[in-house]
Amino acid sequence: MRPADALAFAATALRGTPLRTALMLLAMAIGVAAIILLTALGEGARRYVVGQFSRLGSHLIIVLPGRNETQGGPPPLLAETPRDLTLDDALALARLPAVQRAAPVSLGSAPVAHGGRVREVTVIGSTPAIFPVRHLKLARGRPLPTIPPDREAPMAVLGGHLAHELFGPRSALGEWVRIGDRRFRVIGVLTDQGEALGLDLGDMALIPVASAQALFDTRSLFRILIQARSRSAIPAAEAAIRATLRTRHEGEDDVTIVTQDALLGTFDRILRALTYGVAGIGAVSLAVAGILVMNIMLVSVSRRIAEIGLLKALGATRRQVLVLFLLEAALLATGGGIAGLVLARLGLWVLQRLLPAFPLAAPPWAAPAALAMALGAGLLFGLLPARRAADLDPVQALEGAH
Amino acid sequence: MIRLQGIERDFQVGRERVRALHDLDLEIPDGDYLAVMGPSGSGKSTLLNLLGLLDRPDRGRYLLDDIDTGALSEEARARLRRERIGFVFQSFHLIPRLTAAGNVELPLILAGMAPVRRRQRVAETLASLGLADRAGHRPDQLSGGQRQRVAIARAVIMRPRLLLADEPTGNLDRHAGHEVIRLLEDLNRGGITLILVTHDPELGARAGRRIQLLDGALAAPG
Ligand SMILES: Nc1ncnc2c1ncn2[C@@H]1O[C@H](COP(=O)(O)OP(=O)(O)O)[C@@H](O)[C@H]1O
Ligand SMILES: [Mg+2]
Repeated sequence: MRPADALAFAATALRGTPLRTALMLLAMAIGVAAIILLTALGEGARRYVVGQFSRLGSHLIIVLPGRNETQGGPPPLLAETPRDLTLDDALALARLPAVQRAAPVSLGSAPVAHGGRVREVTVIGSTPAIFPVRHLKLARGRPLPTIPPDREAPMAVLGGHLAHELFGPRSALGEWVRIGDRRFRVIGVLTDQGEALGLDLGDMALIPVASAQALFDTRSLFRILIQARSRSAIPAAEAAIRATLRTRHEGEDDVTIVTQDALLGTFDRILRALTYGVAGIGAVSLAVAGILVMNIMLVSVSRRIAEIGLLKALGATRRQVLVLFLLEAALLATGGGIAGLVLARLGLWVLQRLLPAFPLAAPPWAAPAALAMALGAGLLFGLLPARRAADLDPVQALEGAH
Repeated sequence: MIRLQGIERDFQVGRERVRALHDLDLEIPDGDYLAVMGPSGSGKSTLLNLLGLLDRPDRGRYLLDDIDTGALSEEARARLRRERIGFVFQSFHLIPRLTAAGNVELPLILAGMAPVRRRQRVAETLASLGLADRAGHRPDQLSGGQRQRVAIARAVIMRPRLLLADEPTGNLDRHAGHEVIRLLEDLNRGGITLILVTHDPELGARAGRRIQLLDGALAAPG
């Protein structure tokens, strides 16, 4: 038997029972579409998180006060409270060759008021360096003034949402606001950049770091944000930062250094694993489709007993009958798989309409993997009916027609 | 040449063993026209199934053209069926979704013949059986007599030496039945060995030779 003839015969058999065939195709299509849609959601989540991290800045290194236990070494039992990070630490780090910029961050919460309106928001004290380091963009006005970092100045840059809340449609530029018990002149308004890792950039006020330290009455910094000179300079920068701070803190390794790349890598790995996981869940739906195909094909074999007997009387071998029925399963799987790809396209289009901000896209391996799994499921679950057909006794099969 | 020697075939029906064929010896020369007669349940179909290699005897030997068929693998028996034996059934056994030509083509497909040669052979065979204008019709668009003629075309398209017909006129009216028998006899005159199962004495009388089965044994060798 020629392969093309075997295929054609299997195809006519499937066309002979359009309803059953459509049902099996649909089941297969749904299975394949499920895999692709689920992996698209997983991959979308990965891209979303990666995007969030990239938005933080480029070649970013974050220095936090205190030692993270997971970095090895015994936790300090007689807790010598970690030394604070100071403005001088930040200035020292800014001078390192592998470091492009360092932005000290002092952070607190305070009421911001103008006229009768008051909003309790996050207030960040920093230097102009935070704008490039953290990819902050101005809608209007200018960034924080370039002044010695230890000098206060009554100037503030407001988040877009906060500015709107306080000033409505009017321009906030040049107006005075009260932050805590101090007055600041608004010199800039940020564009709405949405949220990044929990900090809503629209709802905050940015003031010079010395002013913030005075406002919150603290010398210590919340973080130091550092931009390395390049991606490849990150490890050198990290080592230099650690060494510098150890020297400055009398030999104590009492800071935690997080690089954006390391964080990103971790989340990337976790979310990739998640995507494989949801692909596995999709594969379950293919297995369900396979079981449906098996059942319907078993019915089909029992309905076509006389035909199978005839094929054997005409000289078909066991193998040929087996191949013919397996081909039916393979055709169903392939046809259903292709329909599933179309269905997935449609589903992705609809989902994208519903979640416009979410970067939906199936990973490149999803479609071939889903098709391969469909074919595998089809052949696996087609095997039982095909063997039942191949093993039929021809005499009894021929009598089955009566 | 067909030789059956000491053939036994039993069936287990519940607790009982039914003896369908008992100690059967038979020789059928090439080109013979043999009618197998006998009452219902006498073993006629069982004999035909054995001759067609669809079934195996429990004891005894079946030599087909000096090949001892008992020793053959299932594969080899399928091959012999395909190349040397044609079947015609009482209930036609046409595949309903295929056209007349598609049904007739089936043995050639199983044999792996190239499509061009196949199409030619099908057209010739259908024409020789007066079915040229029915090639594209499906079985449900054909009369009973036409269906059986399509089945005969399918049985002979591989040019077998042996044609086995189990009550081929059983589902046909008198006129169509006669037409089918004349067709089979024409084929026999062309050299094919024809074995015809029938319980119609009038049809049996036309054969060159008759055997009568009774409870699985030869009652009246012709
Ligand atoms: N598959 C089978 N299982 C059990 N008994 C069978 C089977 N095939 C035939 N028989 C029995 O064998 C005997 C001969 O049957 P069969 O050859 O079909 O007779 P005929 O064709 O002459 O009417 C009958 O008694 C029948 O019941
Ligand atoms: Mg019978």
